[in-house]
Amino acid sequence: MSDIVRRDPRKEWIARNRLHPEHFAVLAELGGEGASPSEWIGPSGLIRRNPRAVGFIGPNGIKRIDRSGGQRGAQAAQGRRSQAGPTRRSVAIEEPAFLIAVVPDLAGGRLSSHDRDLLGLARQLADADPERPGAVLALTFGSHKETAFGDAGIDRLMAFDEAIFDGYAPEARLAALQAVERELAPRHWLLPDSSLGGGELGRRLAVRLGERAATQVWQVEADAEAPSGWRCTARASAGANDLRRPLPRVALALAECAEPVSETHHAARPLTLSQPLPEAFTRIEDGGAVAVDPAGVALAEAEFILSAGNGVRDWDAYHHAARTLGATEGASRVAVDDGFMPRDRQVGATGTWVTARVYVAVGISGAIQHLQGIQRCDKVVAINLDPGCDMIKRADLAVIGDAGAILEALVARVERERQGAEEQRDVA
Amino acid sequence: MSHDTTKQASGGLDVAVLVSVGRHPLTARARRADHDARAVELALGLEAARVRLIHAGRNDPDSEAALRDYLGMGFASLTRIDQPAGADVLPALLEALREAAPQLLFTGSRAETGEGSGLLPYLLGEALGWPVVTGIAAVESVEGGTATLLQALPRGQRRRLRVRLPALISVDEAGPAPRQSAYGPARRGTLSAETRPAETDDALAGWTLEPARARPKRLKIVKASSARERFKAAAAKAEGGGGQVLTDVTPEQGAEAIFTLLKEEGVLRH
Repeated sequence: MSDIVRRDPRKEWIARNRLHPEHFAVLAELGGEGASPSEWIGPSGLIRRNPRAVGFIGPNGIKRIDRSGGQRGAQAAQGRRSQAGPTRRSVAIEEPAFLIAVVPDLAGGRLSSHDRDLLGLARQLADADPERPGAVLALTFGSHKETAFGDAGIDRLMAFDEAIFDGYAPEARLAALQAVERELAPRHWLLPDSSLGGGELGRRLAVRLGERAATQVWQVEADAEAPSGWRCTARASAGANDLRRPLPRVALALAECAEPVSETHHAARPLTLSQPLPEAFTRIEDGGAVAVDPAGVALAEAEFILSAGNGVRDWDAYHHAARTLGATEGASRVAVDDGFMPRDRQVGATGTWVTARVYVAVGISGAIQHLQGIQRCDKVVAINLDPGCDMIKRADLAVIGDAGAILEALVARVERERQGAEEQRDVA
Repeated sequence: MSHDTTKQASGGLDVAVLVSVGRHPLTARARRADHDARAVELALGLEAARVRLIHAGRNDPDSEAALRDYLGMGFASLTRIDQPAGADVLPALLEALREAAPQLLFTGSRAETGEGSGLLPYLLGEALGWPVVTGIAAVESVEGGTATLLQALPRGQRRRLRVRLPALISVDEAGPAPRQSAYGPARRGTLSAETRPAETDDALAGWTLEPARARPKRLKIVKASSARERFKAAAAKAEGGGGQVLTDVTPEQGAEAIFTLLKEEGVLRH
């Protein structure tokens, strides 16, 4: 059936003219067979209206009322709705002219925004010549939880998930990258310039390959004069200067170096090396994570903060709770001014801007300066007596009640849990 | 009493620290580089170690004042390998290090002037054949040809590493805060100059180094296909709000709710 809408101006005119003798007949005809009429003449001669039948559902799922007469939207909308919704164009590169290798950090097992920006940059390099497109090859180390590699712009995916790559294993990872270099010889190596991860691995790789890497790259532009066809702008001198140079084979890029891929979906086809990896000689041994005293962690980078304000009365109980929960201590300005907490523990605009994943505010009403300081926290829990305070509005979970009693109950709950776990361990 | 006299008396571990001339981020004056000063502080914290400072660079009054800041941390002397401006210091440093043959070599993670790519520790490690470990916050022990180190991870976490000596340790912001430089020892200390062949860095000379431009702010791009989506994107509130509020609960119920959230987020350790 043709998609072209055929209009009959005369019938539309009749549909608009409520006094026309054929008005209702034409309305019913234009409204379609399935649609129930919104207005009809009842058996007693009265005009009956069904207000729910007025209008039609538009392409976005919103009800539209068309006062012009003919309600012709219903069918057209259904036809269009099937193709609504953002769909990505599928791209499969069968015979790539070259490879751009990317080693994403996969912090927390998922592609970070830094990784996605870097993959966007890799796509920019790969797709520069539409006649001879290159493929983006991503190399992942260790186990990960990422499923949408294709949407990030990855054509080929090589996973190194053996146990030797887990933890801190720069030598094993470098050996794997070298094997990829020998077998596939990518045109460019792109890594995120993050302190532990791409920044370190990329520098090791560059030195091993004998390339002078461009580090802290934040802009890449096409340049016909450069040997690689690209030139880059990189931060130098600890951020004080910009260095402009031709793009080398190995580049370590900063976050927001390019726009992430948003319009295409790529194949992310798995790829393996033809030869097994050689046994790497390791001189660096990972001894595992070390338990850190939460009180010694800098407030700005603490993961879990128990923060106290004016509502806390029993300070010993509060310190005990922080120790039991394993939380870093924070405080509002009032608690610091009153001398209950040291100045370096103050959270907020005049103190420290914190980035905790979980921030528990005990007896803090939430002055705007304090709320600014916790802007970047993921989850905020508020314990407060006043249900109308600003901290409750900000909090993901708010418990209204006496702070002392709730903290005590929380400590008891955590201790009970720990005892249970220990007993289980003893039984096992 | 300066530190290295006690350390020289006891002998033991041979440690070298590579130091550079830094640049103050606001005043742009020459100073001791922050990461390098932290590396010096870390080396000074070692038990029974002979610590020596090595610098390769230009010989001018500004850098001498900055180098004396390192001497003020408790050293009697500093080895300065004189190199002309624009020289590649790697060959000279390699030669000096092969002669000195320290067991542990500390560096900052990157220079504060020039290219500042942070490649030097890796280049040295590769050329000397030593393992390189980065972001070290503390040295726990050095015994039996193995150093046990603590590496700084994000969020204040630490990871224990064991590395075989000789090794190269690079230090960044996570290193211990450097002690204040004392004026008297800084004046009294000597800068002993060494002359080694210099190579010019031709590649760097061909690139342009200019004051950093502000990076453009990323715009929020709304790819809306319909008027409704555009309206939603424009009218969306910055903060969702709508958290769960528990009123009229016993402290135990409130504590249980908080405990569940802490468990879900995985911040409670056992």
